[in-house]
Amino acid sequence: MYDFDVEKPGTIAEAATAMGVEDAQALGGGQTLIPTLKQRLASPSKLVSLSSVAEMQGITKEGDTLRIGGATTHAAVAADGSYPALSALASNIGDPAVRNRGTIAGSLANNDPAACYPAAALASGATIITNTREIAADDYFQGMFDTALDEGEIITAVKFPIPQAANYQKFVQPASRFALVGVFVAKLADGVRVAVTGASNEGVFRWTEAEGALSTDFSASALDGLSVSPDNMITDLHGSATYRAHLVKVMTGRAVTAAS
Amino acid sequence: MTKVTMTVNGKAVSGDVEGRTLLSSFLREDQGLTGTHIGCDTSQCGACVVHVDGQAVKSCTMLAAEADGATVDTIEGQANADGSLNVIQQAFQDHHGLQCGFCTPGMVMSAAALLKENPKPSEAEVREYLEGNICRCTGYHNIVKAIMAASGQDVPALAAE
Ligand SMILES: Cc1cc2nc3c(=O)[nH]c(=O)nc-3n(C[C@H](O)[C@H](O)[C@H](O)COP(=O)(O)OP(=O)(O)OC[C@H]3O[C@@H](n4cnc5c(N)ncnc54)[C@H](O)[C@@H]3O)c2cc1C
Ligand code: FES
Ligand code: FES
Repeated sequence: MYDFDVEKPGTIAEAATAMGVEDAQALGGGQTLIPTLKQRLASPSKLVSLSSVAEMQGITKEGDTLRIGGATTHAAVAADGSYPALSALASNIGDPAVRNRGTIAGSLANNDPAACYPAAALASGATIITNTREIAADDYFQGMFDTALDEGEIITAVKFPIPQAANYQKFVQPASRFALVGVFVAKLADGVRVAVTGASNEGVFRWTEAEGALSTDFSASALDGLSVSPDNMITDLHGSATYRAHLVKVMTGRAVTAAS
Repeated sequence: MTKVTMTVNGKAVSGDVEGRTLLSSFLREDQGLTGTHIGCDTSQCGACVVHVDGQAVKSCTMLAAEADGATVDTIEGQANADGSLNVIQQAFQDHHGLQCGFCTPGMVMSAAALLKENPKPSEAEVREYLEGNICRCTGYHNIVKAIMAASGQDVPALAAE
């Protein structure tokens, strides 16, 4: 690792000021960033550790909305249970030690094409709250490792509408424990949303054809006539584009069955 | 350099660290606690698992500066006060839960975290909890048996035997 300074602000305002320095970078749980620094793929001048920011911790339920502080760990979301499909997703991220450190904001800021939380945020129609604005999930994810966040912007919380029914199905890539393909299905008052992770070169995406079919008939058989194009799907040693495209439909069906 | 202070295995310690100093480096190099092992550069093997404020974490994936003020427990603090092996360590010996022993400190620390959270885990729960602890030698069966035994349960006849 190249060396850097570490700052531990106690409030969002202090964190935002600390992020104002050139090449400063936010540090969530470090479960992605520290391995990246070890490979010298990043050389921040300063890491702004967000784990001591009390306003960014914890989970609150306000009616049918769940608000999760950006620095809340996967383990805390797993233990919460107010949005069962989301807690189940969090309980299957990585392993216990990763879940004790990794945070929801770190996962969403990183937007790994195989990460789990982006699928939940996009399928639920979540709102990403930063120190300066609110961003709808539909506008937030902009391709592999790319988001709407500006330089120095901090995700302070995420707001999830709690769907009528929801489920996440993850086909685990056993070496990394990320999703080879993961599908999050959410049945909301105004229709069904389906978000797919792990599959596309563009990162997480909505499978709109399936959303249409499932909004009319919320059952796995509603997907029978549909197919997913392998164009622009990821091919790597764990699976070809065609295999991933096939898995998208299979995992969507399983998620619908498990949710209904 | 900044000064960090923490309680390691019940003892107050302090030292000067760089921003980039990992908790694992602080424990091994500053404190001489080399029982915490480093098996990878990718946060995947779990040989470095310690407890920070009671929670299992990968000490290679946390900065020493982040552990300032924390209580840290490592494998060196696991034995009983009289120096004899604790229940989990003894069970690893009794059930041949180790061969080369490289992964063992992390396995024992993960097992301790599991049994604190879930004192009577099922075999499946033990295996799931050890997802982030890789062993190149044992094939895991004897590790699982050791943890089942340490929890005071019958040691299962395992599938692959
Ligand atoms: C062995 C292993 C297995 C894993 N398995 C999975 C898995 O199955 N599924 C999965 O989804 N993930 C998995 N992960 C990744 C894990 O979920 C990470 O915790 C997560 O991707 C990053 O969160 P973090 O809090 O650790 O962020 P960090 O590593 O600290 O940061 C990641 C990025 O986000 C930025 N950032 C952090 N917090 C904020 C913030 N509040 N605002 C703005 N930017 C911020 C950082 O600057 C950095 O660019 C795994 C990781 C490991 C090591
Ligand atoms: S040394 Fe491999 S996970 Fe820490
Ligand atoms: S005993 Fe050798 S790695 Fe586990």
